Amino acid sequence: MDFSDTPQEAEFRKQARAFLDAHATPKNQAKIRKNESEADLIKRAKAWQKLKQENGWACLNWPKEYGGRGASPMELIIWGQEEARYDVPTGPFAIGLGMCGRTVIAFAGEEQKKRYLPKMASGEEIWCQLFSEPAGGSDVANLRTRAVKEGDEWVVNGQKVWTSGAQFCHYGILLTRTDPSVPKHKGLTMFIVDMKAPGVEVKPIKQASGHSGFNEVYFSDVRIPDDHRLGEVGDGWKVSIVTLMNERLAVGSAGGPDAGELLELTQTVDLDDEPAIRNKAVRDRIAAWYCEQAGLKFTKLRVQSALSRGGTPGPENSITKIVSANKLQGIGSFGMDLMDMGGILVDEQPMDGQFQAAWMSAPGYRIAGGTDEILRNIIAERVLQMPGDIRVDKDVPFSEVPQGGKS
Amino acid sequence: MNFEFSEDQNMLREQAQNFLRAKSDSKAVRRILESDTPYDEVLWKGMVELGWTGVTIPEAYGGIGLGHLELCVIAEELGRTLAPTPFSSSVYLATEALLQFGSEEQKQAWLPKLAAGEVIGTVAVGEGTKAVTQSNMQVTAKDGKLSGSKLPVADGDVADFAVVIAKDSEKAASLYLVELTASGVSRETVKTLDPTRSHASVTFDGAPGELLGAAGQGWSQLEKIFDRAAILFAWEQVGGAEASLQMARDYAMGRYAFGRPIASFQAIKHKLADMYIAHTLARSNCYYGAWALSTDAPELPLAAATARVSATEAFHECSKENIQTHGGMGFTWEFDCHLFYRRSKLLSLNLGSLPRWKDMLVTRIEESNLNQASQ
Repeated sequence: MDFSDTPQEAEFRKQARAFLDAHATPKNQAKIRKNESEADLIKRAKAWQKLKQENGWACLNWPKEYGGRGASPMELIIWGQEEARYDVPTGPFAIGLGMCGRTVIAFAGEEQKKRYLPKMASGEEIWCQLFSEPAGGSDVANLRTRAVKEGDEWVVNGQKVWTSGAQFCHYGILLTRTDPSVPKHKGLTMFIVDMKAPGVEVKPIKQASGHSGFNEVYFSDVRIPDDHRLGEVGDGWKVSIVTLMNERLAVGSAGGPDAGELLELTQTVDLDDEPAIRNKAVRDRIAAWYCEQAGLKFTKLRVQSALSRGGTPGPENSITKIVSANKLQGIGSFGMDLMDMGGILVDEQPMDGQFQAAWMSAPGYRIAGGTDEILRNIIAERVLQMPGDIRVDKDVPFSEVPQGGKS
Repeated sequence: MNFEFSEDQNMLREQAQNFLRAKSDSKAVRRILESDTPYDEVLWKGMVELGWTGVTIPEAYGGIGLGHLELCVIAEELGRTLAPTPFSSSVYLATEALLQFGSEEQKQAWLPKLAAGEVIGTVAVGEGTKAVTQSNMQVTAKDGKLSGSKLPVADGDVADFAVVIAKDSEKAASLYLVELTASGVSRETVKTLDPTRSHASVTFDGAPGELLGAAGQGWSQLEKIFDRAAILFAWEQVGGAEASLQMARDYAMGRYAFGRPIASFQAIKHKLADMYIAHTLARSNCYYGAWALSTDAPELPLAAATARVSATEAFHECSKENIQTHGGMGFTWEFDCHLFYRRSKLLSLNLGSLPRWKDMLVTRIEESNLNQASQ
């Protein structure tokens, strides 16, 4: 066992660092941007993406002809590790490049690939993903948005929800129902949709935390040309699996304070007239979260090691989100406990209020990209090879599946 | 980057699995469970013949001079099969103590015999049901003679020698190598919650002890020995955790209730997913521990405590939820669930309790943060 790069990996890392050093500021030297407007963030993000693309550092694992680099999975990981050390805005592109791009590469016709992928890679056009609906969350295939064929076009009516970034996106991949007379997984079809087309309306969702990162998207007689279909008619579920597989790679750890930040807090606040870190109960909690943090870190290294050696990683990574989101909720809550009555205050929080922010955002992390419960099902079914759930709607035409009173 | 076991190490694993499947099956473990025999001599002999007792001992001292990664592989498989032998006492603890702190003479006297399985060693540290501290310590040393008692001592009834921590004064303690067959030593097998592993009460009454390592350095040396052993214990715990998870999964697949396998109920699926998560976190921490142990990395104390805490929790979780998954049958003597449940608590207490290791872990996180800050 050793943690060093192979000579080729080391050379690649050196090149990545050289580019980053020349064009970006390391996180620990960056100034904190408070209250940056969304427009400013998008502008900054587009500029960074364009610079990367011009220098061969965008969409590393995409083919070169579509604006990528044709790099290996390990090189993608190395770039990710290096870029993460710098203060650069990548968030607005995470879904488009991480999920939509791979789906377009796998299923679009050559003409569409040439039209859309290079502009996605260069940051000129931002993409979103339109799967979830009010009636289809964990049960995504229960969606109701209808696409009906009229000549060479499809007419779309319905509503999507939880669409990140829809307000600033140019295009999206849209999963629709094209045939309600067959069981739910069989009647779906995927499209590329122009988010500026007539009939598309985006409404922000105000989250429990007070922020608005997601939207509802309404479709009223939106027309999509048939050549913007991804995959065959009725194959939408198969196409979406490719997108969601890439989502699991893209949705990693829930970001926020970890055991190290909690340790720092406990060194600065007092409990029973001594630094909280001296308290045995506090130490017990830090130890438990540290073990989870370290366990996730080394699980990731095991996966990377398999990739580095040209192998296929095992299923270990499936634990990442479930563990990190719950850890985040626990640490956030415990951090506020250490502030006693003042834990409720918003403006007076130590360490930039990150414990309170973590606690407010953690419920979302436990749901987004697969709820804790769905992820446990996935571990049980895919990893432990236990039986799937009994599906009462499996062989029933979608139009006859009971939908309950509330959507 | 290479964070995996090598092909050779995986071949060793396969060999170990084949051997243990045949020699340390449930029947063999139960023979020890249900008799007064302290350990499985046939199994032990087989392990010696495979060279496992000499894996980390250099060839110059009669060992086979492989490394600690190989020992981690063996430890996991021993944990998986609950192998009822004094391997952990003799190899993870006594052999490591000699390799770390033995004089040339002591190494020459003991290591070849340990490698050949001619002698069994152990460490004697326990203070009854009290915490192991300087003020609680009963055994004193004066002019090379030890007096007082240690309880419990793993394999104390079958070991030929023990590394004993003893008080030289109110403030200082040292490690002593004591031959347990010498006059002045009496020992008695004691009952424990896991009868598949033998433990004893060992009493010294002017027994001759030979200083091991530096005088007055008993506590720091013991900590070093325990850190190294903690990683190997953690691998045994991970092996036991995975075996428990596997048992629970297999039983749930075959057991039907309400007209379907209980493995199809989310209540059971989610329980097993949580067991898988605990086991995977622990395993990954053990990989880091294995790396630190095999390279003698400065991070070893932190890696050891992390692996130890994580694996202790994982084995306990998996062994208790394995019983739960089995329902009533899991609570019978006949089913093996309780063997893993017993072993999980035994392993978690053998090197000191979970709260103590958690506390040590945080101390080491603090130290490593300080080191990083000063770099």
